[in-house]
Formats: sequence, structure tokens, C-alpha cells
Amino acid sequence: MTAVLDTEGLTKRYGRRSALSDCTLSIPSGHVVGLVGPNGAGKTTLLHLAVGLLQPTSGTIEVLGSRPAESPAQLGRVGFVAQETPTYEALSVADHLNFGAWLNPSFDAEMAGRRIDELGLDLRQKAGHLSGGQRAQLALTLAIAKRPELLILDEPVAGLDPLARRAFLQYLMESVAEHELSVILSSHLVADLERVCDYLVVLVASHVQVVGEVEGLLASHYRLSGPRRDPSSLPSSQEVIESSHTERQSTMLVRIESPILDPAWTVEEVSLEDLVLAYMGRASDAGRVQRRSGRAFR
Amino acid sequence: MNRGDVIEFHLDTRSGVSPYLQVVHQVRHALRLGLLLEGDQLPTVKEVVAHLAINPNTVLKAYKELEHAGLVAARPGIGTFVTKTLSDSSLAAHGPLRQELQRWLGKARRAGLDDESIEALFRDCFRSALDEGVA
Repeated sequence: MTAVLDTEGLTKRYGRRSALSDCTLSIPSGHVVGLVGPNGAGKTTLLHLAVGLLQPTSGTIEVLGSRPAESPAQLGRVGFVAQETPTYEALSVADHLNFGAWLNPSFDAEMAGRRIDELGLDLRQKAGHLSGGQRAQLALTLAIAKRPELLILDEPVAGLDPLARRAFLQYLMESVAEHELSVILSSHLVADLERVCDYLVVLVASHVQVVGEVEGLLASHYRLSGPRRDPSSLPSSQEVIESSHTERQSTMLVRIESPILDPAWTVEEVSLEDLVLAYMGRASDAGRVQRRSGRAFR
Repeated sequence: MNRGDVIEFHLDTRSGVSPYLQVVHQVRHALRLGLLLEGDQLPTVKEVVAHLAINPNTVLKAYKELEHAGLVAARPGIGTFVTKTLSDSSLAAHGPLRQELQRWLGKARRAGLDDESIEALFRDCFRSALDEGVA
């Protein structure tokens, strides 16, 4: 099966600043992929590279087996909703549908019309007068009506209230079930991703920290707590992602491939949120240490 | 035979129980209480995800597990149907037992027990009855 996103050593630099560094990924189709990381981690850069809005500084990227935006056919296979779900303020809802149909040969006008109807949107309403939630739904409707194989969404729910956010994700999941789309969506809200994503990419400070199917990740990460112990004394099959210590106790989040046999540990499962936060924390600690040593050398 | 709308799933994101297991538990629970009967159709994957805003694979996995347990069967292109019930002849006894339990709960409250104490007492009794082979 062709990967929806395949990158090798993908790097994007602006002057001396790296927005994305040496990113190597291969994401199989049929997933809803959550791209998580703090603001400025490089999420938007990666998504813009995937839709061909940016060109890599070095490395390669393929989307559905082709170079991004290399042909009209390739453009038709990928749907993209940019950050803040932009629409044309002065154009009406009907104008947006016509525009979508005019630009996309495969546009499913009937489906789009039905959806606008379900949403209770007035076709004559100017997009500039829609609420944030309605605008997001309009942008999503247009992207889905073009019937892409892969839908890429950049922080689609960040600016929405909880109700609008839920409605947006309901429609997105319904469309995934109906059209068997693959989806890549970026967010810094882990709680939303926990429900909808079955594949995770954590990006921090321009580097990919961890990648994989959510189920597999949850089954290979555990929180250990027990008597105080030096993390470096753990078996080599256990990678410590996060650790904290009191005078008597150690708590660690570890990645392991084999069962934990040491009876001194209390072993607990971790949530997706704990896992993401642990990787983010580790990456930003590493960043701080690097910066600090950088200063020391000067 | 009922179509689709016999059961509506809900999700507790704070429970720590994975969403797919929550769906499995809710079906088993409904089967045990006689809310779902043989021949009933479970909601389609599309209906569940449109309601809960969860990943379709989560629902598919739950339905597959129920199928594996012999409780439901998928008919391709039509839907997933209940093939076995978990409630048995004991279902008739549920009503009187529930009433007795409610009376007992009332007594416990009047005696000044809070929720936590009631739960602890029940669990403790349940466990010691299991140990004695009574339950």
C-alpha cells in the first residue's frame, strides 16, 4: 500500500533557523493522523510542504506516492484546510460552492449542498458574517466535497468553542467512515486527538520525537513508580522518556518492548496525553540544555 | 426486531478506559440487562462516529471484538446484528432484586452512610461472598 506521507531527511530552513529538521516518516493510508507539538514546532511547515505550498531545503517528500502539487491530478487527490479555516469574506456561501465546483473537476456539488442544508446555513449569507464554527464547517464541507484521498487540516479546531469543535469533529469522523479518507490533522489540543486519531506524530523544536499507531504506543509506554533509583540503572530495553524523583521515590515514564519483571515497580498504563506531554517535556529539556551549553562555550 | 436506534453509546473520557472498550462494555451491559435482544441491529459505524466524534477504527475494533465473542454478527453492506443475548431466565428476577436493593440503599442512607461507604460495604460483602463460594 502506498504511504499517504513519505519523507526522508526532509528539512526546511529559513536562513539559519530550522523550521523542520531531518524529518523521516512513512505514514500508511487509512489513518487519522494527529500531528502534535507546541506552537512553533514546525507542524505548519510540514503540512505546507505536504501540499506543495513550500519547497524543501533538502530531503524528499512524497504524498500518495507523488511529489506534492506536481500535477492537477495530484492537487485533486489532496484536500487542504489552512489554519483558521479561511474563507472569502465578501463571497456568499453559494459563491463558495460554485467556486469549489469550478476549481475541482471531481467536486460533489450535491453532497456539499446537502451538507450546507443540514448545517442550516443560508446560501445567500456572506462568509464574512458566519460564526467561527460555521466558517470552519463551510471550509471542511468544501474540502470534503472535492472527494480527496487525503485531507490535511492545520489546527482546524483551535479557534472554536467546545460545541463547534465537537460538531466539526463529528462531521470529520462521519466523512472518514463514509469516504474512507486518510486524514492528517495538526493540533496542540491533545484531548481532541485522543478521540479522533489512531496515529500520532509528535513534533517538537523542528524534530520528530515519536511516531506510530496510538494503540501500539499506548501498549509500549508505562509509568513505573517505586523506591528511588537512578534511571540509568534500568535495563537497556527500557527507554526513559520522563523521570521525577523525591528523596525516597522515583516515577518514570518508559518505553519498553518486553514486559517489566522487576517486582519493585508499580506499573501503570499511561494516557495519550501523558505520553505526548512526556515527549514534549523531554524535547524542551534537551533544548534548554543545548542552549545552556551553547552559551557556556561562547 | 429493532433497527439501529436501540442503543446509544456515550463516552467517558476521564475514566481511563479506552474508547473501544467502553463501547464493548456498553453493548455487553445492555445485553445483560435485556435492553438489547437477539436480532437487534447495532448502530452503524458511521452513526456512532457522527454521534461521538471518535475514530471509525475504534468502533470497528469494538464490533470485531463483540463478533469474536459470538455476541454479534456483521452482515456485509447491511449492518451488525445481535446474535446472542446475555440475559437469561434470571432476567425476571431483576425487578424484585432491584427493589430490594433500592430499599437497602435507602436504609443505608438513613443510617448515615455516604456514597463511598456504601460502595465499600457492597464491594466488601461481594468479595467475601465470592470467597465463600456463595455468589
